[in-house]
Amino acid sequence: MKFAVIVFPGSNCDVDMYHAIKDELGEEVEYVWHDANNLDEFDGILLPGGFSYGDYLRSGAIARFSNVMKEVVKAADAGKPVLGVCNGFQILLESGLLPGAMRRNDSLQFICRTVDLVVENNCTMFTNSLDQGDVIRIPIAHGEGNYYCDDATLQQLRANNQIVFTYKNNPNGSVSDIAGIVNEKGNVLGMMPHPERAVDELLGSADGLKLFQAMVRNWREAHVVNA
Amino acid sequence: MYKVKVYVTLRESVLDPQGTAVKQSLHTMNYQEVQDVRIGKYMELNVEKTDRNIEEVVNELCTRLLANPVIEDYRYEIEECVAQ
Repeated sequence: MKFAVIVFPGSNCDVDMYHAIKDELGEEVEYVWHDANNLDEFDGILLPGGFSYGDYLRSGAIARFSNVMKEVVKAADAGKPVLGVCNGFQILLESGLLPGAMRRNDSLQFICRTVDLVVENNCTMFTNSLDQGDVIRIPIAHGEGNYYCDDATLQQLRANNQIVFTYKNNPNGSVSDIAGIVNEKGNVLGMMPHPERAVDELLGSADGLKLFQAMVRNWREAHVVNA
Repeated sequence: MYKVKVYVTLRESVLDPQGTAVKQSLHTMNYQEVQDVRIGKYMELNVEKTDRNIEEVVNELCTRLLANPVIEDYRYEIEECVAQ
């Protein structure tokens, strides 16, 4: 499986993402600059964390109009797995690929620590190697991770089982403790916690690797004969 | 040429943690009369005249980029100015 790590000016978790895929997962991966206009050769798209365009205006607001995002939308429409982490999640929200928006953390502080995440939906191509109710340890590092959506959207997210991860102890004020959601089709996941920073016990947790492994296994089952 | 002033604030229904912190600080300073503080952004744009209606253009760029309608409201003032 071949992954693209999309790099915007100001991305700073792209190298961690690349390392997770290449060295820990052992799959093919390439950096793709924000002005790229073709992602056809990639099977999975990763939007890493950071501060694209310096978070000017709003987090993700400017990145959302970069060239490559048209291709990311195309890949999402084609059913390819798209994972946005942290700033990547914010970009997915701004682009409308996922519903809702991010506010400043309710404490107004940048929070950087490992948190307990509850797996709410283990029927996605990202989480089906986990069990529902599993608690996994994944680091967060954000100042704007306070997820917001209106009540109607929240009802819809619940009805379609789109809430994938919740915080066991809400660190930032997110509506309904939401840490990660998928689109209706289930192939676009946005999450504030950083699975790419939890890919080896040496880092304190290897729980994040399970997400990437699930992506690969599901892709193989769908695309490789005798997988 | 138009001079456009755009004000973006969090929607009434969305809690503004920065505004709340500033309000609390003002109360600490004994300005108990301050009921509410909302923090927002102010932008100035110089926009050339085209055959499109200026309000239509401003609304479009506010909803597409300058404000995020999910959490923010915007208002604007448009002033026509004579080219120097």
